[in-house]
Formats: sequence, C-alpha cells, structure tokens
Amino acid sequence: MSDRFISIEGISRRFPAPGGGTTTVFEDLWLSMARGEFVCMIGHSGCGKTTVLNILAGLDAPSDGTVIVDGQAIEGPSLDRAVIFQSHALLPWRTVIGNVAYAVSSKWRRWSAAQVAAHAQKFIDLVGLKGAEHKRPAELSGGMKQRVGIARALSIEPKIMLMDEPFSALDALTRGTLQDEVRRVCQETGQTVFMITHDVDEAIYLADRIVLMTNGPGAVLAEIVQNPLPRERTRNEFHKHPLYYATRNHIIDFLVSRSRTFIEDTGGKYDPRNVAVVRPGLPEPMIARTQDPSAKPNRGQQAAAH
Amino acid sequence: MKTASLTGRAAVVSFALLFSFLLAWHLATRGSGTVQHMDPEYAKLMGATATQGKSAMPGPIDVGAKLWEHLRRPFYNNGPNDKGVGIQLAYSIARVLIGYLLAMLVAIPVGFLIGMSPLMSKALDPFIQVLKPISPLAWMPLALYTIKDSSLSAIFVIFICSLWPTMINTAFGVASVRREWLNVAKTLEVGTLRRAFTIILPAAAPTILTGMRISIGIAWLVIVAAEMLVGGTGIGYFVWNEWNNLSITNVITAILVIGLVGMLLDFVLARLTRLVTFPE
Repeated sequence: MSDRFISIEGISRRFPAPGGGTTTVFEDLWLSMARGEFVCMIGHSGCGKTTVLNILAGLDAPSDGTVIVDGQAIEGPSLDRAVIFQSHALLPWRTVIGNVAYAVSSKWRRWSAAQVAAHAQKFIDLVGLKGAEHKRPAELSGGMKQRVGIARALSIEPKIMLMDEPFSALDALTRGTLQDEVRRVCQETGQTVFMITHDVDEAIYLADRIVLMTNGPGAVLAEIVQNPLPRERTRNEFHKHPLYYATRNHIIDFLVSRSRTFIEDTGGKYDPRNVAVVRPGLPEPMIARTQDPSAKPNRGQQAAAH
Repeated sequence: MKTASLTGRAAVVSFALLFSFLLAWHLATRGSGTVQHMDPEYAKLMGATATQGKSAMPGPIDVGAKLWEHLRRPFYNNGPNDKGVGIQLAYSIARVLIGYLLAMLVAIPVGFLIGMSPLMSKALDPFIQVLKPISPLAWMPLALYTIKDSSLSAIFVIFICSLWPTMINTAFGVASVRREWLNVAKTLEVGTLRRAFTIILPAAAPTILTGMRISIGIAWLVIVAAEMLVGGTGIGYFVWNEWNNLSITNVITAILVIGLVGMLLDFVLARLTRLVTFPE
C-alpha cells in the first residue's frame, strides 16, 4: 500500500451508555485504501460498519483518530465523497432526473439548467434508466430506485463512493444485475469504493480487499482478506475459480466463530496498526504494514489461513 | 365502475336524507288550518301563528324563498342595518383572510424555527402551551382596549386563533423530516438556506398545509362569534342583528351560507394540500 489515497488513522467511536459510562462501538481502527480500489467491509450487525461509513462520509465524527482523504483530514461531508444509502434516500417529491439534477446543481452551482439536465441525463443513461426520467420514486421498483441512487452518487463525479449495504433491500436477481452494473461503472470510471455488505459472495465478486470486523461492542478490524481472484471476473465464472471456495470458507469461518473469539485468540498481541492480510489459498498470511514500517510484524496474530 | 356506482349510491342516499329532513321540517312547521275565528282585520294583525296554528319557526319553503331573495340581490346596501348578505360575507371573508394571512406569516417561520432548533422548541413550548388553549374571544376586550378599533380587533382575534395549529404542525413537520433526506443534503454540501427551501419545505409541506387547513377552519368558526361581539358589519353581526329583528328565516339563511363558505374555504386548502403531497 504505497498509495494511501484514503487513510483511516486510529479512529474509535464511543457513545454515552444509558446507565452512565460509555459504549465503544469500535476502536483503534487503521486502514488505508489506494486510488481505484474496491474495499468491502463485512461484520455482524452492531460492529459499527455503518458508523465507519458515516465517519468516512463526514456525517459522523470519530471520538478518536482521524481520516485523511487525498492528503486532507475529513471535516464534515464533502462533494468529493458520494454516499449510496441503503434506503436509497431519494427525494419523493422530485422526479428521477430531478433527484440527479439536485446533486448536479449542488456540485456545479453556476451551471445553467440545460447543462445540469444534460449532465444528469448522462448518468441516468449510464445506469440504464433511460425513459424513466420523469417518473417519481414512488413509481419505481426497488432496483430502479437504487439505480437512481447510484446515478445521483456518480453524477457528482466523486473521488470516493461510499455504499452502505446498497443492495440488501433488493431481491436476488435485481441484486445480481445491480452488482454487475456497479462493477462495470466503477471499473469504467476508476472509482475508489468503500462498501459495507452482509453478503460474502457480493464482497468476493466486487472487492479487491475485504475487511473483516469482529463483533461489537468494542469491535476491531480483525484482518484484511486480499481477494485472490483475478480483477477481471464475471458473474458466471467467479465462483468456479479454484481459490473461490478457500476465500469464501475463510470469510464464513470468521463470521461464524472467529469474529466472536478473535481478541482472545490473539492472546493480547493484537496490533491494530498491523493487522494480518490474508490471501486465502496461500500457505502463509502476509502481515501488512499499514502505518509504521519500523513496527515488527506480529507473529502472534497469524490468522488461520486455508 | 365500482367507485362510480358507490358515488352514485351515496348521492341517492344523500338526496333521500335531505328530502326526508326537508319534509319533516315542512310538516313540523306548517299551519294546522284555522284554529281560531276572529275578525279578519284582527287576524291580519295577529298573523298566521295565531290564526292558522302556524309554528313561529319558519318552514323550508320560507327559508328557500328568503335565500333566493338574498341570492338575487346579494350586494344591496340600505344603510348600516340593512346590507345584502353578499356584502356581509365579503366583510367576514376579508377579515378572515387578512388575519389568517398575517398569522401564516408568523406561524410558518416560527414553526420552522421551533422545528429546526431543539433549544427554541423547548424555550417556546411553555408559551405555546399556555397561549394555545385560550379561547380567541377572551382576547377581545384586551384587543379592543389596546387597538381601539373593533374591526382591527376582530382581525387580531382571527390572527391569534389561526396561529397555533399552523405553528404546531409546521414545527412537527419540520422536526420530523426524514434523516436520510437531510443526510443527502449534507453529503451534497447544501447550504442552510437552500436546504430549508429544497429539502425541509417540500418534505414538511403536507404537514404544514394540514395545519393551515385546520387554521382556516377555526378562523371561520371564530369570525362569526367575533363579529357578534364587535358588531357593525360581517356575517356574524348579520346573524345577531336578524336575531334582534326576530327574523328566524334570515338567521337560518345565514347559518346555511356560513356553512357553505366554510366548506369552500376548506375545499381550497384541501386542494392545495393535494398539490404538495407526494407519494412515498
């Protein structure tokens, strides 16, 4: 990771607990992402995935630590970082093109109405909604609504796309199509994407790296799975790749059991700045140096590699 | 087809109810024939009530005739105590609209402030809770004393009674704008003013309009009572004046007209509400 386009540096998030004291959602999280990289975060509910995403979006602030994007610390929301919401969050009183145009005119405030409309139209066409421009969200199916959400996010030409379980509310078929679309669009535009998901297959299909979180409260980033599948993958073929099952099993094993016991298993030798980078299928896990190159690789935390 | 037939059947029932009511009214108030023989001159003096057993309550035909008379000449003006019902209504509607619009100018911005600021919401809450349940007419003496103009006082009373439903509904609508829409605005770096007009206002508009609809209803209820107190002009004064004239026919006519105008005002606001309502 020489190119640290996004650098999450030791962020934690704590809330005041109802009975006094504080609840820590997750703590001391270090992660960096390269330009054009697609990273998925997987973890059980309550591990603070959405909070991490909200902090990246600038909608929430970390209790400790900072996030640096393209050399600048995040201070609130920015048009450089587009969010695709789980609930699509379209404005129901605006049409499809109205929703996209709202984002476009927020980014380029001096554009004429015609310029805004033309730019919005380009992205509506890109997500395959040509012909539905003047429909209102209530007239669209769930998949179409999420397409509008994607078009809206892409239309502001952000540096990063943040997706909060964007496909979880969709049926399996629509989800597959939209995953293909997102993959195509992100590759075409070279987007950097941070996505939260519950779906292991979705993560393997889309991501370059998959970040595994332990269970909350007090969740930590347990390890990073380097996706061994080639970058060029297709929906029909990716699950036939020889390393597919090794990857899938590794993630599922983690989610089923190790996400609970991870901290105990490391025996107090967990180093949040140097988490294991696992390449399923290879014998030895690599240890990433995410922050401090002089820090000694921590052998005690070797994750069970397949 | 199904809805059309339902509307049709409902209309039939409505007409049947109206007809039965008018018939019952007519039968209850008609004369029962000659009840007493007397000198024709004296009988004329006594009127049908004494001679024909006619009820003092006018029947539907008397009211219909009176209504027709008013509708034919709604705007005549024969001096302070004899103006056409159209003129009286125009006074009332003008007062209601002025008071109501002034109230909207205050209620919507203040409601916005309350809805957006938890601090202002808490700070203003005790005032609203105390002021809201006061009968608008209780303000009348104070208004007359300070404003020293009966017509302006009536407008003030309309203002004060229209204020609360709109203010409370605006505050509620603004405070309950969906978080995800606000987050959309935040991630798009939309400024406060633009956010207020492009996200909060359209999102809260149906709730605000519902408040405005309640307000206009209350304003129209209150104007009649207020005009009975301040006198001079207006449909409320007309009702009271005709009561003093013991012209029950005119009173009933006025009641009917008040109902129709109230329905019309409500209809206009309902239409406006429909315009800003969005399907989710």
